[in-house]
Amino acid sequence: MTYRDMPGFVEEKEAFGETTVTIEPARIRDASEAARDALGFQMLVDIVATDYLGWGSQGVSGYIATETGRDINFPSTQGLQTLPSLKPKRFSIAYHLLAMRQPAERVRLKCWVDDGEPVPSVVSVWPTADWHEREQFDLMGIRFEGHPNLARLIMDDDWEGHPLRKDYPIGGEPVRFSEAQ
Amino acid sequence: MSVAGERTRAARVWPVVHDAQYEGSRIPSPIPTALQLPEELLESDDVLRVNFGPNHPSTHGVLRLIVDLDGESVVGLSAVIGYLHTGFEKSMEQKTWWKCVTYPERIDYVGFQNNELTFVLAVEKLLALEVPEKATWMRALLSELSRLHSHLVYLGTSALELGAISMFWYCFRERETILDLFEMVTGQRMHTRYFQIGGLAEDIPEGFYPECRKFVEWMPHALDDYLALLDRNAIWLERTKGVGVLSANDAIALGQTGPNLRASGVDWDLRRDQPYLTYDQIDFQVPVYANGDVYDRYRVRMDEMRESTRIVDQCLRRLERLQGRPWIADDRKVVLPPREELHTSMESLIHHFKIVTEGFRVPEGEVYVATESPRGEQGCYLVSEGGPKPWRVHFRAPSFAALEATATCVHETLVADLIAIVGSLDAVMGDTDR
Repeated sequence: MTYRDMPGFVEEKEAFGETTVTIEPARIRDASEAARDALGFQMLVDIVATDYLGWGSQGVSGYIATETGRDINFPSTQGLQTLPSLKPKRFSIAYHLLAMRQPAERVRLKCWVDDGEPVPSVVSVWPTADWHEREQFDLMGIRFEGHPNLARLIMDDDWEGHPLRKDYPIGGEPVRFSEAQ
Repeated sequence: MSVAGERTRAARVWPVVHDAQYEGSRIPSPIPTALQLPEELLESDDVLRVNFGPNHPSTHGVLRLIVDLDGESVVGLSAVIGYLHTGFEKSMEQKTWWKCVTYPERIDYVGFQNNELTFVLAVEKLLALEVPEKATWMRALLSELSRLHSHLVYLGTSALELGAISMFWYCFRERETILDLFEMVTGQRMHTRYFQIGGLAEDIPEGFYPECRKFVEWMPHALDDYLALLDRNAIWLERTKGVGVLSANDAIALGQTGPNLRASGVDWDLRRDQPYLTYDQIDFQVPVYANGDVYDRYRVRMDEMRESTRIVDQCLRRLERLQGRPWIADDRKVVLPPREELHTSMESLIHHFKIVTEGFRVPEGEVYVATESPRGEQGCYLVSEGGPKPWRVHFRAPSFAALEATATCVHETLVADLIAIVGSLDAVMGDTDR
């Protein structure tokens, strides 16, 4: 079996010597099972979600002519040298898998979801996914469907918002028991 | 010098389990990380729910365990983490790449040098930066010193919790020497920020070589002392043997890495099986024990300390021959120019100014780099937009995975063993909560 035969296969990419296999979000559980049973990736090392809100919005640095002429404030030297490639959806969820054999092999399964779009949980494939999924739910707001206990893990149970999202304000947490309240 | 990869045991078979809830598994169901009270005890008046932590001296930081006790036996357990969450990942997104180097060592504050290494290696992978030979050997040496430091803290505190107070003093004696060595090289005892993207922050001081040599010669004797104190100590053996058993299959299913995995009989070490730095040129053994109990986890770490001392010795020999060689890459777009050039070269001044104020740019992309930290696989996942700040930083914390195994390990144990088990998993709360 190759990566191409995995359920929900979208594309396979090689970059920095690492393999990334994109999977349809709805099929991630089946794909994980195939990766474990047919491809021998017996260990799930990590699950990490990334928020791509505002990706590439810094623009390109240097002089760019606009309709009204040159804007001396924008773009500035703080911009990017080239615009990064566009992302299909707001969130990516990466599953880092490890095959313990010689030579060691790693693969990153990846699926793209929008805000609020559920992803099947892989706890039934790898029990270690329990906390990893809870962490990503807590900090990034990804909903894992079928997780036995999808509660907040790192933040308080009554915390509002998901701190690692790009639209979560920095230093903007509400002050409790202040005079105004 | 033989190559580590060639000496690997001929027939190594790693278990593959095709079902998460296979027969013989001790992983609780349906929640793999929480031991739920059995149904027949739900209505029982004898079951006592105890809050263990978050401020309990034997939880190694702010770990909170909610424990259900039936007499002295543990019948239910769930771990609550997050009390030491400091938002490192969010903070690092606001800093330029080179300012971020300060953060990772504060995540796992006991094995600090290894965390810094993982982050620096990940950034270098994105930059495709060549690091001078001397820096690579020094990184291996300091990582091993850091591993020794971490295992000494583990050994001292775990033994202390089980009543062997003198172990604590002995271990902290050697720990002190290691911290002195760190201070000598980097100016800091902990959280050194000595690994720079591209190499090392400064050259190795000459006085380091003889001092480190003294330590390498002394350490095996210290290890003999520890063995003499503990290994025939009836109380220690009674409290650790057969306690907190984790089978090989359960360990893999629960994502265990490092000493916890090797104590369960899985022969896996990233330094040998996926070599980074110069580990493919170093001769060392990977200790593996089969029982997966608290005692075996202790033995794995004891043996690892001996191996780490051997690695430090080999690195030191090599470094002594590399004296006077460059310690940082000569890439002016990433690495700060030498201080003395700033007075004479306009170009250097501009480079210095750009790196310090705006920061250097890292090409767009994502990488995952894993190293063998004292606690297991320390991974760093980086996403770069192509700008001077990281888009996303995430650390794969080995302690986080280790604590997931608590509920499996405490299966049919007594409350006193709980202390031994939590200690033997060697979780650092800073690493767990990030």
